[in-house]
Amino acid sequence: MANETEEQDLKDHKEPDHSRRNFLKNSGYAVGGLIVGGVVGSLLRSPNKSTTNNNNNGNTTEKAPANEAVNFNQALMHFTQEQFLIMEAATERIFPADDNGPGAKELGVAYFIDHQLAGEWGVNGREYMQGPFFKGETTQGYQGRLKRREIFDIGLQEMQNYSNKKFQKKFKDLTPEQQDTVLKAFETDEVKLTTISASGFFKTIFGSTMEGAYADPLYGGNGNMAGWKLKNFPGNQMSYTKIIEQDKFEKMQPVSLREHLPHS
Amino acid sequence: MATKLPKTDVVIVGVGWGGGIIASELTKGGLSVVGLERGKERKTEDYYMVHDELRYALRYEMFQDLSRETITFRGNEKIKALPMRSYGSFLLGDGLGGSGVHWNGQTFRFLPYDFEIKSKTIERYGKSKIPDGMTIQDWGITYDQLEPYFNKFEKMTGISGDENPLGGKRSEKYPTPPMKTTPGMKMFSDSCKGLNYHPYHMPSANLSEQYTNPDGIARAACQYCGYCERFGCEYGAKADPVVTVIPVAKNTGKFELRTHSNVRRILHKGGKATGVLYIDTTTGEEYEQPADIVVMTSYVFNNTRLLLMSNIGKPYDPKTGTGVIGRNYAYQVLKGAGVGFFEDKEFNIFAGAGSLGMCIDDFNGDNFDHKDLKFIHGANISYSQTGARPIQNNTVPPGTPTWGKDYKAATVKYANRHINVGAQGSCMPFRHHFLDLDPTYKDEFGDPLMRITFDFEDQDRELVKFMGAKCGDILKQMGADKVVANTELAPYEITTYQSTHNTGGVVMGSSPDTSAVNNYLQMWDTENLFVIGASAFAHNSGYNPTGTMGALSYRAAEGILKYHKNPGSLV
Ligand SMILES: Cc1cc2nc3c(=O)[nH]c(=O)nc-3n(C[C@H](O)[C@H](O)[C@H](O)COP(=O)(O)OP(=O)(O)OC[C@H]3O[C@@H](n4cnc5c(N)ncnc54)[C@H](O)[C@@H]3O)c2cc1C
Ligand code: SF4
Repeated sequence: MANETEEQDLKDHKEPDHSRRNFLKNSGYAVGGLIVGGVVGSLLRSPNKSTTNNNNNGNTTEKAPANEAVNFNQALMHFTQEQFLIMEAATERIFPADDNGPGAKELGVAYFIDHQLAGEWGVNGREYMQGPFFKGETTQGYQGRLKRREIFDIGLQEMQNYSNKKFQKKFKDLTPEQQDTVLKAFETDEVKLTTISASGFFKTIFGSTMEGAYADPLYGGNGNMAGWKLKNFPGNQMSYTKIIEQDKFEKMQPVSLREHLPHS
Repeated sequence: MATKLPKTDVVIVGVGWGGGIIASELTKGGLSVVGLERGKERKTEDYYMVHDELRYALRYEMFQDLSRETITFRGNEKIKALPMRSYGSFLLGDGLGGSGVHWNGQTFRFLPYDFEIKSKTIERYGKSKIPDGMTIQDWGITYDQLEPYFNKFEKMTGISGDENPLGGKRSEKYPTPPMKTTPGMKMFSDSCKGLNYHPYHMPSANLSEQYTNPDGIARAACQYCGYCERFGCEYGAKADPVVTVIPVAKNTGKFELRTHSNVRRILHKGGKATGVLYIDTTTGEEYEQPADIVVMTSYVFNNTRLLLMSNIGKPYDPKTGTGVIGRNYAYQVLKGAGVGFFEDKEFNIFAGAGSLGMCIDDFNGDNFDHKDLKFIHGANISYSQTGARPIQNNTVPPGTPTWGKDYKAATVKYANRHINVGAQGSCMPFRHHFLDLDPTYKDEFGDPLMRITFDFEDQDRELVKFMGAKCGDILKQMGADKVVANTELAPYEITTYQSTHNTGGVVMGSSPDTSAVNNYLQMWDTENLFVIGASAFAHNSGYNPTGTMGALSYRAAEGILKYHKNPGSLV
């Protein structure tokens, strides 16, 4: 049963017994003291930037402040670092930080998408993928043979190619306005792709951005339930009987599914 | 070779609402019943983690696994039908309780007009009112004949409601009082009264108060948790087969439920069903389950598909309009709708229940004059507050950019500042709308998939135009600052969710030429085979189907008990 594995996962959340710096040293990412790639760099970031607070009671060799929050969920299961950075930048443009509150990056949306692609959704596990494959009418829906993971691999590469061609820079290094230009070109099929539909790919990343912003934080997005707070959505309360007839809008502290399991 | 099992009185194919009702009624009547369900067992304790929009609403946790079996679709016969590879238009039930576990519980009775639609339309407007190709027919039963069975279904489920002022006559009041009235519902109700319409509470299987049904099954009151449609109810408040009829059947000691049992053929010999052939999906082994009576309750699509694959009944031929299996497929016409935006008012719409709402029938059935209209029938118009969950609740005024800063700001602003009013449009059958076996695509066992040939017609476009305007009027009267009414209907497409109200394929009637089953849902030409579900609907009304489907199930159960004592045609 899915619940049991989730419970197991939660129990297994312990801080590894080597520090993040040691990890970097051992993993060979740091070449001559030079750190390559944004994700690796972010491992050295001040940890209070993390969005969710998981268990933090494991042994650490490094002396971390007692209440330091580390989000062990923020690592990659599917994306390469390059793909991740495109995803993080693109989702932030789709759902940017603003006066209302955090954007996709702070909410952890790109991690959410990574984790989703690593699982059943990424391989269209519960969808009909038998041939023969024909093009079909738009009323008949997606008829391709590619799985979501493959579509993301191709789509992100194409975004990078288009950015390089049009602006001579990687997507993540473009200005926000230039990034919007690239995304629009995909949304409107101005980018001509042969393997996948550019607008279809845009729709998928748009949809998964919304999912990552608003799904229960257990999936790695909606960090600190900040997505829910944006909309004054109270997460999952057990009952609304008391307020259902009430005229006044009710603001509540949201509750996530984590509360539905006993935690010692 | 299939292993032949000992014979039973009755075998049921699929244990959702239909299967559950049949199982409880027949076992109470003393028959031994085997229930074969292709999916897994379910219980209320499964739902501790159910308030998860991603897993249940967007990843379709409770629905049929499409990698194993799906349907194919085409808009008309000139197009190649292609598989529904992922979910969209409708969602298919799977596992104990079927769609009954993740439905909303909006439980209506079809109107008296529905059951005699053809005669009543001709009587009032003349023959020419029915356009060429529209194959409506009387159902072979009247509302009054079906009334006691509506009552039975409503008592078993404990429906909460007040009387529909424009509905058919009721022999008794609803068993429980209506659900609570939210500010939005009150506004809808006041607005409708101001327009001289007749609002009433949507009849609800969510339970307004604790209730014990005639079988002694007690259930808790709904908590308005807002995770109802597509989710199971962790309180057992929502009437579903698993918390109502199935335990009753089990308690008799006469019901044997076998899950993970996928039925592939109805076996028959000399005009009689002899049992079914099924596969244990955990081992791949095949079994033959012989039975005196076979009851099909495997939803519209598999009821039709299994008959066609088993060579029972005459397949429908759209060229000649003859044959019956696959005939009169219909759906629901939902695009007539409006949304009202409120600048200064926020509603607690995150809270709600599957059938919490107000509605009117002033424009449903033949409750209004169609003389100058280019359609027949109509729609139930409602405001329902089912729980606005954040991933899917992003309603914004037209003209808002489709993503980015302004989009985000608008979704945040209007998240709780809008009200949707919608029309649940009826859907008439047409000669060229039908179900048959797909020639190309197969399920996991190599059996052909069901193929749907269906599109919207002028009738539907006219209906949407009319209903969309009515929804807009109601919203204006409700005081919305901005009202956006949809009055356009694009071609039917399979990719966006509309409703799981598929109907027809094995329709009922009074003649074997135009119907597959009689008014006990007994097959005309295979007397010990009963085919139960909305597959029996000769058209679809402007309502959700399950109230009527449940009533027909109770009537069929009575018929089966009669048949068991005294075999032969029941009519
Ligand atoms: C999201 C959703 C919301 C809904 N809301 C409403 C509502 O508010 N009001 C309303 O009136 N209706 C609603 N409905 C429709 C309602 O759920 C159905 O009308 C009702 O459940 C139909 O009952 P049934 O027994 O005919 O089919 P189902 O409930 O679908 O049960 C059929 C069962 O047969 C099994 N089966 C199928 N094929 C085989 C096979 N070959 N072998 C073995 N088993 C098989 C399936 O696994 C399933 O368990 C909703 C449906 C959905 C999906
Ligand atoms: S809204 Fe009511 S009936 Fe529906 S799942 Fe929640 S508590 Fe159950």
